[in-house]
Amino acid sequence: MDVSLGLLTNAVISGLLLGGFYAAVSIGVAISFGMLDIVNIAHPAVILLGSYVAFIGNTVFGIDPILATIILAPAFYVLGMAAYQIYYVAFERRDDQSLRGLSFFFGILFIAEVGLILGFGVDYRSVQAWYTQGNLDLFVVELPWRLLVPFLLGLVMVAGLQVFLSRTFVGRAIQAVAQDQGALRLMAANPAKIKRIAFGLSFATAAVAGAALIIIQPVEPSIGREYIGRIFAICVLGGLGSFPGMVIAAVTLGIVESLTSTFFGPSWAPAVAFGVLLVTLAVRPNGILGR
Amino acid sequence: MASLAAKGAEAEAARGLGNVAFVGVLVVAAVAIFGVTRLFGNDYAFFAAYVVVQYIVLGTAWNILGGYTGYVNFGITAFFAIGAYSSVVLYKLTPWLPLPVMIVVGGVMAALVGLGTGYLTLRLRGVFFSIATLALAVVVQTLITNWDFVGGARGAYVLRPKLAPLIGGAYIEYLFLVMLGLCVVALATARAIERSALGYGFAAIRDDEAAAEASGVPTLKLKLIATALSGGFMGMAGAPLPYYVTYLDPSSGFSLNYAVNAIAMPLIGGTSSWLGPVIGAVLVGGVQEYIRVTISSAVNVLVAGVLMVAFVILAPQGIVGLFQRKR
Repeated sequence: MDVSLGLLTNAVISGLLLGGFYAAVSIGVAISFGMLDIVNIAHPAVILLGSYVAFIGNTVFGIDPILATIILAPAFYVLGMAAYQIYYVAFERRDDQSLRGLSFFFGILFIAEVGLILGFGVDYRSVQAWYTQGNLDLFVVELPWRLLVPFLLGLVMVAGLQVFLSRTFVGRAIQAVAQDQGALRLMAANPAKIKRIAFGLSFATAAVAGAALIIIQPVEPSIGREYIGRIFAICVLGGLGSFPGMVIAAVTLGIVESLTSTFFGPSWAPAVAFGVLLVTLAVRPNGILGR
Repeated sequence: MASLAAKGAEAEAARGLGNVAFVGVLVVAAVAIFGVTRLFGNDYAFFAAYVVVQYIVLGTAWNILGGYTGYVNFGITAFFAIGAYSSVVLYKLTPWLPLPVMIVVGGVMAALVGLGTGYLTLRLRGVFFSIATLALAVVVQTLITNWDFVGGARGAYVLRPKLAPLIGGAYIEYLFLVMLGLCVVALATARAIERSALGYGFAAIRDDEAAAEASGVPTLKLKLIATALSGGFMGMAGAPLPYYVTYLDPSSGFSLNYAVNAIAMPLIGGTSSWLGPVIGAVLVGGVQEYIRVTISSAVNVLVAGVLMVAFVILAPQGIVGLFQRKR
């Protein structure tokens, strides 16, 4: 195999950019799974919903895909709060999260996928914006805008949420839920209410991540499943609930995947996340920055 | 359908039976079902009934791990497709091998994969196992897609013999008979587990794993047994698939429908006993077949998902649970 330095550099750089995008799609699960202990495996379906919002906003109304999802993010927030409410009443309060709670989200994942197929068909959909083609020329390397914009979007989202969680009252309450629900109840705060807000937030990030997804690649309804392995591999590898760990894990996975598809072919890339996930679970289940 | 009602009545009577007598009842029921299906006089009855019986096996297999121990396996398609593709390999290498042998090989392969995945992830909290199985489905699909010998992304053709061995008639009759036999084995195994020390160990894990471990229940060993058995039966259910569809490609072999149906059916029927997956499969499978013929095949796949979500929210004990409460 012909391993040239240029090819290697390119693979590493696009892997790095991909990693920022992976951080954007994973942050919702870092909140729901890492902090609230809700295993929302339907998260990729919500991201895809965001992609289709961006698609409609872009093709029907001609607005920027990212702007379209930011406008509709509050609607996703409300949807997330509603989803948590159902989950809370039906499973968390009955203390039946594992078997039926997981099946509930699996059912939602499937219904969303079939719903999208019925609504939009199985064709690949894409968006048009100034950054969907062309490169940023930095003398030594060329950075495609298509990868750079989602990368920046991911970093801004992670940084913004990190500030929100550490500086605001609600943010600190969310972190408190992650640490000790019983203690929060003793402080006369309602964990269910805090968790509802946090779960809404995780849905809102999914909307924006959906825009990032459709910028990076054309989407079709079943593409979400590929991301389940990736997202959970990143969250577990990063140590549940830790944003810096998640970003490191996302970038690591991005680079490994990019190298794999450069040197072994793109059809092998989906298997990388599973390998990473399995090795992490077997060797270091608390993640690289785990507590 | 009449035969299914008869089967239900027999099952009621079988409640107090020993394992051997129970197998006898199942065999009688299976023979009766086969006879009634033959009365229809066309192949469609066999094709439709095969699917329902296949889902009874898949649902029962899922329930051995999910219902009895409480560990959720989402990677049904991985195990199912391992069974199907091991038949494709055997068909290419040793086409003279009888179908039941292929089924055993497919089952063993899937059981080994289950054992491996379980060994790596079952020591952790249950959700990690579930997530690992979700990812397993993607990785097995990636491997198959990249494996040219079994057709890769293009898919593989399998020639179905014209005539059925042993019983004569169309080959689909033989496939159906084999699947019925597998169903008898799966149901007998599930019921025997329920009434054995193994079943009590599984239930202890489901109810409180830490307490079970503290009381000396070898939890990891039991979980591995359940995973291997469950994966093995899924593989066996998938092994005849290439002969059923005659053309198998990764996207149809790994269709999410199999996974959703196999989880939905036990949850709808009830996860606490062997009867649950049977009720769920007959009900959901029947409704799906009806909708596929009368309305459309796009709507029919939605049924299982919607019913599953409705049941886990509104009737967590399934149909079996509804009747138990009334009594």
